[in-house]
Amino acid sequence: MRWACILCLLTLPAGWAAAQEGAAVGGAPVETAVAGADAGEAPLGQPAEPAPPAPFPAPAGATARDKPNDGGGAIAIRWQPVPGAMAYRIERAGEDGAFVPVGAASALENAYEDRVEDGVAYRYRVVALGPAGEEGASPATLPARSRPQWFNGDLTGVALSVVAFILVVAWFIRRARRGEQLFVRRIAGLEAVDEAVGRATEMGRPVLYIPGTGRIEDIATVASMNVLGEIAKKTAEFGTPILVPNRDPVVFTVSREVVKGAYTAAGRPDAYDPNSVFFLVENSLAFAAAVDGIMVRERPATNFLLGSFFAESLILAEVGASTGAIQIAGTDQVPQLPFFVVACDYTLMGEELYAASAYLSREPLMLGALKGQDAGKLLFMALLVAGTIFSLITGLDAGWLLSTSGY
Amino acid sequence: MKDKLPLILLIVVGFMGLTDRFLPHPAPEHLNQYMRDTLLRIISAFALILGLGNLILRHMNRIRKKSTDWPHSYTLLISFFVASVIGLFGGVAGELWFPTRVGTFDFNITTIYNQMLIPLGASMFSLLAFYMASAAYRSFRARNWLAILLLGSAFIVMLGQVPIGYRISPAIPEISQWIMEVPNTAAKRGIELGITLGVLATFLKILSGIERSWLGSGR
Repeated sequence: MRWACILCLLTLPAGWAAAQEGAAVGGAPVETAVAGADAGEAPLGQPAEPAPPAPFPAPAGATARDKPNDGGGAIAIRWQPVPGAMAYRIERAGEDGAFVPVGAASALENAYEDRVEDGVAYRYRVVALGPAGEEGASPATLPARSRPQWFNGDLTGVALSVVAFILVVAWFIRRARRGEQLFVRRIAGLEAVDEAVGRATEMGRPVLYIPGTGRIEDIATVASMNVLGEIAKKTAEFGTPILVPNRDPVVFTVSREVVKGAYTAAGRPDAYDPNSVFFLVENSLAFAAAVDGIMVRERPATNFLLGSFFAESLILAEVGASTGAIQIAGTDQVPQLPFFVVACDYTLMGEELYAASAYLSREPLMLGALKGQDAGKLLFMALLVAGTIFSLITGLDAGWLLSTSGY
Repeated sequence: MKDKLPLILLIVVGFMGLTDRFLPHPAPEHLNQYMRDTLLRIISAFALILGLGNLILRHMNRIRKKSTDWPHSYTLLISFFVASVIGLFGGVAGELWFPTRVGTFDFNITTIYNQMLIPLGASMFSLLAFYMASAAYRSFRARNWLAILLLGSAFIVMLGQVPIGYRISPAIPEISQWIMEVPNTAAKRGIELGITLGVLATFLKILSGIERSWLGSGR
């Protein structure tokens, strides 16, 4: 009993001080103080429970709110940092009102994201942890509920840029519809297509068209299908055989339809050979081996490598170069571009692949879209230059223009 | 209707794909996920049957017509048949009724994949080193000032990646790093910007029905 009394005397002032300080910031530490008093009532002869943590300044301004611009299930907690705090413990109270620890943050952080159930009200408090185990708990926040949002406000700037670009392209398409002649810059790789197909015709050898190793959901593969249609029209007109090996079964079915359609459009449906478009294998390296075999056996005079290419790009391009074929390549996979540049006669870099079908078809509406693409690029380049100058002059990050949530 | 139905489908699916990034709500996200993960897989499964049928027919034609190197087609057809039987009736690891083990010799699909397909793929991949050397030899010939610039920067970058570069001069790895981080990144970002706009323009062309080559059948 004597020991218990001594312990009470030792802990009560600390609990009282914590209660006083807690009352100043919202009263939460009172619970700690009371708990400290209880701990002193250990039965005689049994070891006393450890002394409660000493008080520590509590984080001020703790707030909890639904995390903005997400699909729900998250509440964002923020607080003002406490000087000297070693870490923070985040506690949550659900409908029963009892606070339980749900996470921790380092001394450098002043925000925490808690994964919760949508629609349920939760209150939070942030406990600052001192170097000697002292604790200071913030007052409980107002109840916060998470819910999913329909629009990601962070991407408003991006959405507006997309809309602006769409309007620019639509404006050029409209001009083309009116019959206006639009100048389109020269693309060397596409200028050479006629020459390349003509060369194959003169040599009596086939044209090999590889639509990449990507899947149909890759936009580069879709662009490649569009170019395939234009090139197949030319081979149909010239009476040159075309070979189209495919790695993806869905791409195979689409490319077969495209080639068949091109021969029909060129007025040569009889010249279409169903065996000219074929499926090889899904494994990309096995595909490269099979295509290399075709290059060596069939000796095509012209190789087109247009679409998505990965590690196999150089294997294909180098074997093609060794057979003496004229090679026109294009991909949107930036790491593969240097391989094509060194191994092929012409390389369509990135956007030129997307411009190819319009360039080859010379249809006014398609050229209008191409012109709009160029104008959009000019617009974005001007914005980049303006943003750079703005940042240099003001020292501010112009990136905030694209972020509108402000949270 | 034969033209309109694919276009309508494309417009609906295309807009769903475009808005996926802007709408974080689980409803459109789950729908997109379902289309990508489930519907596309079903389509791929049917397309695979067509593809394999085409593969077999093509090689049978090659054998019938005695085309160049036609005996190779036998290799493909026999491998295809044997692997199909083992896979379909022997299971992935030989757990079905077809025997895939003779003594200590395993020949189930997993073994075939690990012991044959992976080493063959690795062999193909290793060829890249030789192709890179031959491509580098051709491209690094100093024919004009652009080629000299390429040769010079490639030389510095390569030296900067190996210890001897630092031994020659501690500045070499720094210059190498600068080439990679500044001019190289600037060029890459320029190309990537063009690609992004090209993707959007292609999307618009297809969506507005201006680009119809992908529909095939002479449209």
